[in-house]
Amino acid sequence: MIGGERLAVRKTYKLYLGGAFPRSESGRTYEVHDAKGAFLANAARASRKDARDAVVAARGAFPKWSGATAYNRGQVLYRVAEVMEGRHAQFCEEVAAGEGLSAGRARAAVDAAIDRWVWYAGWTDKLAAVLGSANPVAGPYFDFSLPEPTGVVAVLAPQRSSLLGLVSVLAPVLAGGNTAVVVTSRERPLPAVTLGEVLATSDVPGGVVNLLTGDAAELGPWLAEHDDVDAIDLTGAPPERAMEFEREAAGSIKRVLRPPAAEPDWSGDPGLGRMRTFLETKTVWHPKGF
Amino acid sequence: MTITPPSPAQPSSQVFEYAPAPESRSIVDIAPSYGLFVDGEFVDGSGEAMKTVNPATEEVLSEVAVGTEADVDRAVRAARRAFTRVWGPMRPADRGKYLFRIARLLQERAREFAVLESLDNGKPIRESRDVDVPLAAAHFFYHAGWADKLEHAGLGPAPRPLGVAGQVIPWNFPLLMLAWKVAPALATGNTVVLKPAETTPLTALLFAEVCRQADLPPGVVNIVTGAGDTGRAVVEHDDVDKVAFTGSTEVGRSIARAVAGTRKKLTLELGGKAANIVFDDAPIDQAVEGIVQGIFFNQGHVCCAGSRLLVQENVHDEVIASLQRRIGTLRVGDPLDKNTDLGAINSAEQLARVRELSDIGEAEGATRWQPDCQLPDRGFWFPPTVFTGVSPAHRIARDEVFGPVLSVLTFRTPDEAVAKANNSTYGLSAGIWSEKGSRILAIADRLRAGVVWANTFNQFDPTSPFGGYKQSGYGREGGRHGLAAYLSTGDEQ
Amino acid sequence: MTHVLDPHALTAETPPRREPPTPFADVTRSESAFRAFLHGLPGVDQVGAQSRVAVLGTRSIKTTSKAWAIDTAISMVDLTTLEGADTPGKVRSLAAKARRPDPTDPGCPPVAAVCVYGDLAGIAKEALAGTGINVAAVATAFPSGRASRAVKLADVRDAVANGADEIDMVIDRGAFLSGRYLDVFDEIVAVKEACGEAHLKVILETGELVTLDAVRRASWLAMLAGGDFIKTSTGKISPAATLPVCLVMMEAVRDFRAATGRQVGVKPAGGIRTTKDAVKHLVLVNETAGPDWLTPDWFRIGASSLLNDLLLQRQKLRTGHYSGPDHVSVD
Repeated sequence: MIGGERLAVRKTYKLYLGGAFPRSESGRTYEVHDAKGAFLANAARASRKDARDAVVAARGAFPKWSGATAYNRGQVLYRVAEVMEGRHAQFCEEVAAGEGLSAGRARAAVDAAIDRWVWYAGWTDKLAAVLGSANPVAGPYFDFSLPEPTGVVAVLAPQRSSLLGLVSVLAPVLAGGNTAVVVTSRERPLPAVTLGEVLATSDVPGGVVNLLTGDAAELGPWLAEHDDVDAIDLTGAPPERAMEFEREAAGSIKRVLRPPAAEPDWSGDPGLGRMRTFLETKTVWHPKGF
Repeated sequence: MTITPPSPAQPSSQVFEYAPAPESRSIVDIAPSYGLFVDGEFVDGSGEAMKTVNPATEEVLSEVAVGTEADVDRAVRAARRAFTRVWGPMRPADRGKYLFRIARLLQERAREFAVLESLDNGKPIRESRDVDVPLAAAHFFYHAGWADKLEHAGLGPAPRPLGVAGQVIPWNFPLLMLAWKVAPALATGNTVVLKPAETTPLTALLFAEVCRQADLPPGVVNIVTGAGDTGRAVVEHDDVDKVAFTGSTEVGRSIARAVAGTRKKLTLELGGKAANIVFDDAPIDQAVEGIVQGIFFNQGHVCCAGSRLLVQENVHDEVIASLQRRIGTLRVGDPLDKNTDLGAINSAEQLARVRELSDIGEAEGATRWQPDCQLPDRGFWFPPTVFTGVSPAHRIARDEVFGPVLSVLTFRTPDEAVAKANNSTYGLSAGIWSEKGSRILAIADRLRAGVVWANTFNQFDPTSPFGGYKQSGYGREGGRHGLAAYLSTGDEQ
Repeated sequence: MTHVLDPHALTAETPPRREPPTPFADVTRSESAFRAFLHGLPGVDQVGAQSRVAVLGTRSIKTTSKAWAIDTAISMVDLTTLEGADTPGKVRSLAAKARRPDPTDPGCPPVAAVCVYGDLAGIAKEALAGTGINVAAVATAFPSGRASRAVKLADVRDAVANGADEIDMVIDRGAFLSGRYLDVFDEIVAVKEACGEAHLKVILETGELVTLDAVRRASWLAMLAGGDFIKTSTGKISPAATLPVCLVMMEAVRDFRAATGRQVGVKPAGGIRTTKDAVKHLVLVNETAGPDWLTPDWFRIGASSLLNDLLLQRQKLRTGHYSGPDHVSVD
């Protein structure tokens, strides 16, 4: 090229799995378009084997993440917000393109997504106080109940809200100490890929979050059936398939978060419901005696 | 006056025999047949009636109606009506008062309930009298107080009842499981259709009478007896908003499938294979008691039974010797005898399963030990049994036996203990025995189980949330946490 | 401070430290070894022990087994008077009661022993001559045990000389609680020596030891030192005999026999006032250490008012109707 504009270096969009950025083992990709139908990028199309690997990674990361102090987890989640802030413009562009939003509305979505991390970061060390209890049993025992993470949570992320929706379903899973295998919005995966890069460069240990770009309809059944997945969030499941996924999840008694009737407006107060869904209550008894 | 030589005490070799001390069964009045309890009335069931037997003698106690889909539909409609017209709109404090009334009636009729429970279930009267019935009353008492305080339960500012709860309960603690289900459902403003277990319907039917005695409005509690099909009809009924089930993981799976795609909120309390971990610094005598209590309480028909004893290798022989000596003192027999420790297995079917898994245990190479004990000729009986030399791969180390069968495994380090304890698809409960506080807390942290008993076992209390991790189910019963199963908080999504 | 008797006279009087029975011969080789041994005994969880005895307390002992239990309990009573106001007359009347607890029923067994202060042992001995009922004397500066060792040993020798068949000594709780276990051990050994033929019951005074861990350690210490019985209490300190304490002591004698082959008896004393209490203790013995202990040779109940309640219950069983306090003797 002689003179003129610099030729852009295009990015290859990959999966985020076990802290690394592999291509799909299947080698498959698919085209991602913006809201107006223009080509944006080729994204990796995760396969069932990628999903399987992601579960292994998430399981491997679980002991350390769930065993970290709540204070530490809060700091790590806050760090995600900090690093996202540095990529604010990039997220705005991707959200605007993918979701067809005005610059102003895209910025609002990105702001809200970053603030959501901050909100959940502040929850980690309050959950036990708010959701736990000391139980006044009728006997000489100290008896207390504490929330503990459920384990590996499969998340079918919202299809429409590609960043705020994604963060709104992922952060509550992490705040409680779970690890996650996320299937991103199929049509709007790019903010998720960028989020993966943020996670990789923040302090979230590899494997705690695994982001699979691709099709929830294809990966959903594998995750729903997987015996080593403890819970599944069906928010982004194809509505006509959600019941089938829930049935499959019954095989290993997974905790299931059913999809909402329609994708909600994610800007509202999240409440504790999502965190509670992916928390177990452990009750410990000990006698009191001399 | 002559002094007669003192007569010697009885020969010292004489064993202290406890003469039979049977609880009188005349306190209960079992009708020859029972109907369903729907909309405040006892009505005929449309199915072919079933017999309920005393598992200790195989004597038929009564005929009990079997509810069909149509019967369940009538019950659900009654429950819906009661929810919309009476129980839902009622002042919460008044709902609470009804529960207080029920609690008191259970206390007043405690002996009757205890005897009936032991007759129908086969459990020792000592347990039905000292555990099942008092705890059932306590559950109503505890939840009664919640009825007008729900906005303080930490479940949002205005939690709302779900509507009609369909509840299916097991045969191991018939009245107590009823209380665990009915008390929180009513306290939170729901109405109930409850299906008792096929083999143990009688105390639920006596409870129906208590509801009437308490003047509980018709339709608030409906009791539909029957077997699996009746339960399925309850679970699958379109107008049920909430399903609560306690029972096997297998049935739990099918229920979770059945409610998939519906609006029904589901809680499951399923099987278990609890590890009871004994460290070498344990208070040995209490640990041995805890092991016995853990596996032989209620004949081991307990989902949270400590069925896997994990004992530190350096105290294995000592613990097993003590355990065997202690098991030798267990009194097996007539459930109505106040001195009986171990009663009857609940059904022929369950006895067959316990036998089968025990035989497999032996075939797989574990060593079976049973004390000398005379079992009655009639009825369903299985002696207290200990398998040593069990490896984690053996089926008796993995499958829930749901009987008086203990599998003993060993470990060398705390890490190994935790790894073996967690090596199960279940995660309901666990036990830790050690005198070292920091170790107890660290192990408790790492066990994937919903209830951890440290230096105790099989303790229950209405204030204390109970429920499992993993395939032992989801949702909690008891405490503030248990209320969540019956309330809509508005922030579920 | 002046002592008329040299408080350290013991060293001159006592033979070299007696070895505990095998396999524990070396545990008293040093203060630290002994401490390590006693502190290495398994702990006792108080709540667990309490719930165990609560369950045992629900045993329903009826009809023939109740009759057996009442007679057995009577035969295990150490009928006791330990008052400053005790007189020869009081002791004689107690001895008469001991021989014929129920004058209306010759089938009623006598008690095991009469328990008095050492100075009255001779009176008791005389009153019980030829009955087979033993005379037990408390000694070693009972109940506090706060006297120099020479005084304690003199107390023991005096009681034995007066005819005591059994000596109920108290341990030095001060020494025990401050960790001077060998002092306590040596003293028991010395007392045992001074007993000669007399049987030695070692009173732990569990109400002052407070924890069940301490009760277990003290039980083992007393057994290793050669005590023939371990006894809960003096009766002068509350709480005296409790079921959890008795449970721990029964476990101790059971485990001690299993380890050494030597059987040691147990005597709860004080606080057992009703037939129901006594039967609960027998059930506890039966289901903890076993029937081998269910004889007066191995289990005693130190009591005074208990005997009358046992007699009333016995009469009720015999006659089928309730009796009253006028039908048993006031002592």
